[in-house]
Amino acid sequence: MAKYIIKRVIAAILTLLVLVTIVFFLVRLMPGEPFTNPKLTPDVAANLRKYYGFDKPLIVQYFQYMGNLLRGDFGYSMHYTNKTVNYIIGQTFPFSADLGIRALCLAISFGLILGILAARKRGTKIDFFCVMVAIIGTSMPDFIIGACLQYFFGIKWGLFPVAKYQGFQYTVLPACALSFYTLAHVSRIMRASMLEVTSQDYIKTARSKGLSEVRITAKHQIRNAIMPVMTILGPTVAAVLTGTFVIEAIFAIPGMGKYYVESVSNNDYSMTLGMTVFYGIFLVFCNLIVDILYGIADPRVRIGKR
Amino acid sequence: MAEFKQEQFIIQGKNTEKMESISRPALSFWQDAWRRLRKNRTAFIGLCILTLYVLMAIFAPMLSRYSYTAMDSDAMNQAPSALHWLGTDATGRDQWVRVWMGARVSLAIGLFTAVINMCVGAVIGGLCGYYGGKLDMIVMRIVDILYGIPSLIITILVMMVLGKGVAPLIVALCVVGWIGTCRFVRGEVYRLKEQEFVMAARVLGVPDFTIILRHIIPNIIGMLVTNLCMSIPGAIFQEAFLSYIGLGIAPPNCSWGVLAKEGIAYLRIYPHEIFWPAFFICTTMLALNLLGDGLRDALDPKLRGTE
Repeated sequence: MAKYIIKRVIAAILTLLVLVTIVFFLVRLMPGEPFTNPKLTPDVAANLRKYYGFDKPLIVQYFQYMGNLLRGDFGYSMHYTNKTVNYIIGQTFPFSADLGIRALCLAISFGLILGILAARKRGTKIDFFCVMVAIIGTSMPDFIIGACLQYFFGIKWGLFPVAKYQGFQYTVLPACALSFYTLAHVSRIMRASMLEVTSQDYIKTARSKGLSEVRITAKHQIRNAIMPVMTILGPTVAAVLTGTFVIEAIFAIPGMGKYYVESVSNNDYSMTLGMTVFYGIFLVFCNLIVDILYGIADPRVRIGKR
Repeated sequence: MAEFKQEQFIIQGKNTEKMESISRPALSFWQDAWRRLRKNRTAFIGLCILTLYVLMAIFAPMLSRYSYTAMDSDAMNQAPSALHWLGTDATGRDQWVRVWMGARVSLAIGLFTAVINMCVGAVIGGLCGYYGGKLDMIVMRIVDILYGIPSLIITILVMMVLGKGVAPLIVALCVVGWIGTCRFVRGEVYRLKEQEFVMAARVLGVPDFTIILRHIIPNIIGMLVTNLCMSIPGAIFQEAFLSYIGLGIAPPNCSWGVLAKEGIAYLRIYPHEIFWPAFFICTTMLALNLLGDGLRDALDPKLRGTE
């Protein structure tokens, strides 16, 4: 087990290293530069460039940045002067994370319930309903779901607030919109893997032992069927978190997404870089945890590798 | 006990010549797949919707009297009418034409991205799986690392470097898009090359190239086609997402993502402007998903001849 974990950790560190390197050089390749405000005289712009270290060779900048990164320092924003990238992330990330976690919980719990229900009641109206939800969910981009929810529940029927993020009822619509795609995906996979498990020998054994159907489903089927769902958890976290970009824009939530998109159009190098690296670290970390959990749950994963 | 002699028996109904004759017409793999696809009603509906959309995307803008860029300040934000079938947008452009021009862009991006990703992934994955060894190890380590990087981040950054447009968008979506196919093809080829029929071919002295072309590719082509169909929605989704955050297609060109973005801005006052792009995105996704499911069943050689 220890060997497996060490292997995963090394892979994660390598991934991060490559990610930071790619992002660093891609950001410098972008057309335009940060100090284009016409109010800046050439002298001031040159000084600013010097201040941020742009006069040095690229490779020196790279190692400087990596050094700062190791200390957890993302540098100053070039657009919002006097604010560090760390400060802005600290201000905005809690909103994104809050929304993401709510959506994730919603998606996984309801996705599993729908998938299990559909597989248990195969061929009935309940199954049909669950499959329909899954198909519709995977066919709609999240910004369209967001817009629909906002229009019907917020504007037409006035059940929930349309925008902002100041309390529980504000979180309902964005969390639903964000979770729908993942919910559909989870329920689809859960249904398929439940059906696959049903025909296994150990289920027959359990049934011939005389266990009740509820017990078979709860103790034998779900436990084994949940494995494939766990493998998609890593990419799912990524999908939900990047989905927050759009949902935040639609519901006017002061999260990271807005700043990320803005930093791109402002050529705010340090912001783009910092936020990308932050997202990257976060997602690689999530993947690592999922990998380790998977290794704990399924012994075949950590031992067997051809 | 009575003795039975050979002469006492007459052979009834066994004709060695007729026994081996083929009584039904032989179906090739694709004919059989097509027959099964047609039987699958939902998949066939998906195929019909897609064909209709492709035809409309090609012909509708040619046949309409409006241009997708022509603005009309007398007809802004109109509801659907006899003049403008789907209404007009905020600058008075005809939505019917814009929806189908958007369809051209969205469908083209989906198709090209999926095809390029499939080709690149299949070639790299196939080579790695077939030849194995050092090359395989190095490429797979690189793929593992790239797989861990959130693809959207790379896509966004590449889009920023290359600028807006259809070609940059396809390039950006292809930079990391091939990895999934690569892993899957490598696994399949790895499995297939250990099997007896490949071994037999190799023992007979068939060159590698012919083995790949005649024995390995036919065995994975079904899964590749299914994979292709399933990855088009992903590409269209990503295009819509990038257009939505302002990185996709440059105006005056449009795609369904751009139209949806424009529509959402007027959601409160003119909800019909978001409805049509949303409707077409969703139905296309639905059609592709249904068709993909159908193709998976139709092209699975294990299911051949059942039912």
